[in-house]
Amino acid sequence: MKPSGRKMPFSALGAYTVLYLALLYLPVLFLPLFSFNDSIYIAFPLQGFTLSWYEEMAQNTAMLNALKNSIKVGVVVAIVSTILGTMSAKAFTRYRVPYETPLKAFIAVPLVIPLIILGISLLVVFSGANMSLSLFTIGVGHVVICVPFSMLVMISRLEGFDKGLEEAAQDLGETPWMTFWRVTFPLAMPGIIASLLLCFTISFDEFLLAFFLSGDESTLPIYIWSQLRFPTKLPSVLALGSCILILSVLMVVLAEWSRRIGVSPTGKGP
Amino acid sequence: MTDETASTGGAAAGDETGRRGLRIAQDTKRSLTLLSPTLILLILALAFPILVLIVLSFWTQTGMSLTPGFTTENYEAFFQKRIYYMLLLRSIENSAMVAALTVILAYPAAYFVAFRIKRRKVLWLILITLPFWTSYLLRIFAWKVILGYNGVINSGLIQVGLIDEPLTFLLNNRQAVVVTLAHAWAAFAILPIYVSLEKIDRSLLEAAADLGENPLWSFLRVTLPLSLPGVIAAALLVFIPTVGDYVAPKLVGGNNGLMIGNIVQTQFGRGNNWPLGAAISIISMLVITGIVCSFLLLVHQAKRRLA
Repeated sequence: MKPSGRKMPFSALGAYTVLYLALLYLPVLFLPLFSFNDSIYIAFPLQGFTLSWYEEMAQNTAMLNALKNSIKVGVVVAIVSTILGTMSAKAFTRYRVPYETPLKAFIAVPLVIPLIILGISLLVVFSGANMSLSLFTIGVGHVVICVPFSMLVMISRLEGFDKGLEEAAQDLGETPWMTFWRVTFPLAMPGIIASLLLCFTISFDEFLLAFFLSGDESTLPIYIWSQLRFPTKLPSVLALGSCILILSVLMVVLAEWSRRIGVSPTGKGP
Repeated sequence: MTDETASTGGAAAGDETGRRGLRIAQDTKRSLTLLSPTLILLILALAFPILVLIVLSFWTQTGMSLTPGFTTENYEAFFQKRIYYMLLLRSIENSAMVAALTVILAYPAAYFVAFRIKRRKVLWLILITLPFWTSYLLRIFAWKVILGYNGVINSGLIQVGLIDEPLTFLLNNRQAVVVTLAHAWAAFAILPIYVSLEKIDRSLLEAAADLGENPLWSFLRVTLPLSLPGVIAAALLVFIPTVGDYVAPKLVGGNNGLMIGNIVQTQFGRGNNWPLGAAISIISMLVITGIVCSFLLLVHQAKRRLA
């Protein structure tokens, strides 16, 4: 269907894209590779296969503690951000919002503000208010950067299904709250799951805000950062990194899958 | 929005207008109720802190105690000590290079997925964006592993016998920072470009081909201009956050690769001069905003001249 003479560009472009993908993946794949290497030095030649770095990792209580903190913060941040993001998305897609563009832009500001500036300004406010830094202060920072992501995911989901279903429910006498609960919520569910997973992943990986806003208890990225200075600790950090890698990949694939189900044009809803 | 209905006139229509006006008022109220928790949070945890940062930048600090007041000495210090000024300039240069590099490298790949892939586009997109979702810290750290003195490249090359001594120019300089950031943000650039390419009406390209344009010309005159919004979005999405990056310069930049984020962090840590750190942040933010605005203005004017 395309004009002739396009066979060559296809293969050249295709080859480039494959090379591009390889370059994206290669640096990251060195982490799992050396996490199985039986040497304290991260260098070629490989010295043989070992699982001892994974064992060392599993016995490291400080790390497990940080992991627990990260999960705690991530879960709360995901839930709070998704609630806020869903409410905002509903306002923008279903009702007339006064000053719609400036308000949307305001909510999207965290997407473009350098994190270091958000981090220090929150630090200044928290210390000015005599609030001691804790997992809570990290969580506040994370919610601020997660809400716009959640809102964007939810807007695309809410725009994806028929508004008529909600209107029908309202015409049949359902209250707005019950309409939300019985119509909007089930239809928006895949979007909500996607938002929860994405917000969790963002919070779980976030370093810079946590760096400024953490108190005595550290999250996993903070712990990893503290370990990067010690060469002897590196192999078990690599083991940990490989586990995180697999987990993140799993979460994103799940989120993507969840975001896309049920939005096919054939309109097969849950 | 109400005036168009008001102009219809008549008793029945007037009633209709009233009901519609009520509905709009109700709509507005509901939408604001739904938005208020988010807006309150962002006012308290985003707008207010930035305001406080601005105020703080006019204060002074002696030892551990902050002195409220209004002094411009922090701003003067920024321009008097060349180091701050130079570091901001270098950060901007670095990020501009990173943005250019990511956009140029991502464009052909985005083009390939948008125009050449017919089925399973989603799979390709997921494949391309996956590395972006893995830990940022580890993606940066991976480059330290690769470029380091005993790193992957050096030990690999020694193993093969190409070099006898590890190469020292790989790590601890600006180039390392730029390459590392370009890799870490690559996936961020490809999505906006892909979306803008995907949106292009295919019949325009067919029309160009039917009119005898060769593929290169139709790319330069149809596809590229139409995908420009995506390219601009991608460049800005990479440029803005990387100017303030702290991790990459710290891990792979060494002393020669420091960026403005590192100086800001120092003022809030060891250097312990919060007002100065605040002033540096505010100046950086203003400069970044200025650059972004003039960039957008330039693009806008160039577009108008071409049209």
